Formats: sequence, structure tokens, C-alpha cells
Amino acid sequence: MKVIHEKHPLAMRWTHWVNFPILLIMIWSGMLIYWANDAYKIEVFGYTLVHFFPDWFYNLLHIPARLAEGMAFHFLFMWFFTLNGIFYLLYTLISGEWRQLVPNRHSFKEAWQVLLHDLHIRKFSPPQKKYNAAQRIAYTAIIVMGFGSVITGLAIYKPVQLYWLTWICGGYHFARIIHFALTIGYVLFFMIHVMQVVLAGWNNFRSVISGFEVKELQPVTELVPAVKKVQLKPKKIVKQSQVTGKPKKSDETDHK
Amino acid sequence: MKPTTNKPQPAELSIEKKIKRRNFISFTTFFIAGGAAFGGWKWLYNSPEEKTGITGGARQPLRRALNKTELFFRRIFSNDHVVKTYPKERAARVVRVNSDIGLTDENFDASRWQLSLVKKKGEVLKINIEELRALPKTEIIYDFKCVEGWDQIQHWAGLRFIDFIAHYQLHDQAKMGYVGMETPDGGYYIGLDMESALHPQTLLAYEMNDKPITEEHGAPLRLIIPVKYGIKNLKRIGMINFSDQRPRDYWAEQGYDYYSGL
Repeated sequence: MKVIHEKHPLAMRWTHWVNFPILLIMIWSGMLIYWANDAYKIEVFGYTLVHFFPDWFYNLLHIPARLAEGMAFHFLFMWFFTLNGIFYLLYTLISGEWRQLVPNRHSFKEAWQVLLHDLHIRKFSPPQKKYNAAQRIAYTAIIVMGFGSVITGLAIYKPVQLYWLTWICGGYHFARIIHFALTIGYVLFFMIHVMQVVLAGWNNFRSVISGFEVKELQPVTELVPAVKKVQLKPKKIVKQSQVTGKPKKSDETDHK
Repeated sequence: MKPTTNKPQPAELSIEKKIKRRNFISFTTFFIAGGAAFGGWKWLYNSPEEKTGITGGARQPLRRALNKTELFFRRIFSNDHVVKTYPKERAARVVRVNSDIGLTDENFDASRWQLSLVKKKGEVLKINIEELRALPKTEIIYDFKCVEGWDQIQHWAGLRFIDFIAHYQLHDQAKMGYVGMETPDGGYYIGLDMESALHPQTLLAYEMNDKPITEEHGAPLRLIIPVKYGIKNLKRIGMINFSDQRPRDYWAEQGYDYYSGL
């Protein structure tokens, strides 16, 4: 029997999808700005491994000689980015949703198990609520990163009026480097995020738009064989307690 | 309302129907909102460029946003917020030259240079460099910041703009909203909001690294204003005037923020 399982609250869905195009515009306009002094590269023993960014990349995206335009876009959309972030943060704190999001003391150990599971090295992933341990870490990190982008952005934008922020960020140069590195971080996050969403499938993706997942509720009788199986191997009860719920993720969620 | 006892009561929606309904509502909203956002972006991206007046070169809505943002950040401006200064040893020996706009007049003769101080319409005071050098000198070693993103610790010295105002008794002019400055050939020009101009670290500089400023850096007199990006640090000042309207500004005409404050 199918049941509707509520997953993502409305505020989370809106802020998520509002943030997506805004962040895209911030990254794009940020590149228009960065082009004017594209000083960053990764060097190993004096050999330039990666230059941010090569000419073909700039030309492909029509980046060159658009500094003024980039600044105009960046300094408008920074408001939306910040306000959307503040709204999300307030909602998550006040609603108590943060409990589902913020890593707990098990998360770092479990995240490793999740990773091994996702890489098909480990058979079972640890039991989870809304987010698994790896998701908790990743999604909390992305919020912290967003906060960092606003802070380092302000530190570069008003280094005299907000001199104390610039100081906290380790100075003008360091603030600019962090601001840039965080952006690279978003792009990497985005790639893994999209891949994971594709792998997780439709039910999961839908929940970020319509808020719910559809789960197959198992009649009690169907669970019996599974229980029996465990009883046959009493040694593994503790270790594989999650196995009983394993056939349907819905049960895992409800067990905990 | 009529009683509807004869009609069959609508049954509880089946789970399938509920799922369908909620999917429909949320995905319709998603695509409508997404379409609207895309349309909004198209509108903004293709919005007409402003007519070039005091400012130019930006999309109209983006210029409005820049001006609004200026108003917000002017609230946190304070004379107590000073740019960080460094010891002399940190100052660059080779000071970066980024532009020669307004410095290309071949007939310019620095030895015959005079500053035109427009006190009001028709009342122009000519000031030579010796007069300015005779006034109290202030040094600053700070991180000069370019709008392009680079910065350099530089050592400048000259007359503070507030001391200049006080010496030439420009108190009435200082109550106006803006200061305008231009190169002698009028090739480069800037406008400053008065509070930034009157910031205690704003200098009319005539020395760099303890020597008279070189030609390429704006001899004999240039503006050093640490609360602004480099684009406002006019070289080879020929004229200074005061106004309640924004004076013309070279880079603001080309899509840059008029305020450009740090």
C-alpha cells in the first residue's frame, strides 16, 4: 500500500530553488569580475598545473572585458542571495529543522560508511532519518559556505568601512582567495549533488518540488520472513539490525 | 445552501489521487515560477542601456540598483573608519601605472601648471604647487585598491583635502553634495560625494616614495582617496569645483558605479 511520506517543508523547497538561479548568476557575474585580475593558479614546483582560467574557457563563456557589467549584476543579486540565505537560516533554526540537518556526533563516522556504500564497497548504509550522515555534512557545509561567501564578499566590497570584517577574513588578499575558493567549491558541490540526485531517482527528486515521497507500506506479515532470518543468525542481530528494515527505506526511517 | 443529502458524499481522496493532485499543484507552480524567473532574467538582461548623462553604459535597472545600493552603504560610512596603514618598508618601490587617460596632452608643461579652484561660478582661484607644498604635509602608506581587483601598498604624501578646505576657507562649498575634479585637458574627470572627499585620509598628493610625483603618476598634483577605488584617484588635477549635483565622472559614464566606495 502506498503512503505519502512528508519530506521537505515548503520554505526549504522555495529557498532551494530560488537560490539555484541566484547562485548561478552570482558565479557568472563573479567570473566577469575575476577576469579583470585573474591572478589565481595552482602551481606545483613552479609548473602551472591549473590557471584560473584558460583563455578558451573565458572565450567560450564570453567573459572577457565585462567588468563593469559583472559588478552591476553582482551587486544587485548579492542582496537576493543574502536575503534568501537569511530567510532559510531563520526558518531552519526556528522550525527545528536544523536537527535533521546539522551533523551529530555519529555523523563523521557514518559519513565514511555512506561513502563506502555509495561507492559499492560496503553493502549496507547506516540507518538514517531525512538525511544520511554524508548529506548532513555536505548540506551543512554548503550553508556555512554561503555564509562565508557573504562575509568574504563584504570584506572585499567594503574593506575600509567594514575593516573589522576584512581583518577577520585574514586581510584583503585572503578574503578574495576564500571568496574565489568557495565559488570553486559550489561548482564541485553542484556536480556531485546533481549526480547523486540522478542516482537517487525520481521519488527523491520529486520531494524537493512537491515535498513528499511515496512509500510502499509493507503489511506486517511480509516482515515475518525477514525477522525469522535474523533469528536464525542471532550473532548478527546487533550488527545488522538495520537489515530488518533494509528492504524498504521507509521502515528504516520509521524505526529510529 | 440546500442540503445535499441526496448526493453521495465525496469519498476521501484515494492515495493515488492525492499524490496526483499534489504533484500537479507543485509541478505546475514549479514550472510557472521557473518560467517567470526565466522571463524576469530575460527582461533584465535585455533591458535598455541608460541614456548617457552623468552615468552611462549600464542597463537601466542595474544602474538604479547601483544607486540604491550606494544609499544603503553610505549609511555605514564614517570618518572613524580609516584605511589600514603600513610601515614605510612595505611600500612598493615600483608603483604600478595602470592608465594615462587625461595625461596625453603633449603641450602640457608641469612647470607652468596651476590649479584652478572654482569657488563659485565665475570666481576661480589659481593656486601653484609651492603654495600647496607650504601647507601641512600628511603622509600615508596604504593598500591602493583597483576596481580590477589588484592592490598595492603605496606611499604618498601631500595636503589633506580637509586642510585644503580649511586653508582656502571653502566651508560653504564643503556644505554642498559633491566635489568635481578634472585633468587640465578635460580628458579624465571624477565626481566625489562630499563626505568621502572630506575623509581625513583624502590627500591632494604631490609626493610618492618621498620624491615629487612622476609624470606618469600624475605630477604635479594628484588625488589620493583611500575610501575609493583607483578609478576615482585622479592624476594631474587641473580643476576642482563644487556642486550639489553629481559632477561628470569618466568611469561612471562607462557602466561603473558612481560611488565606487570602499
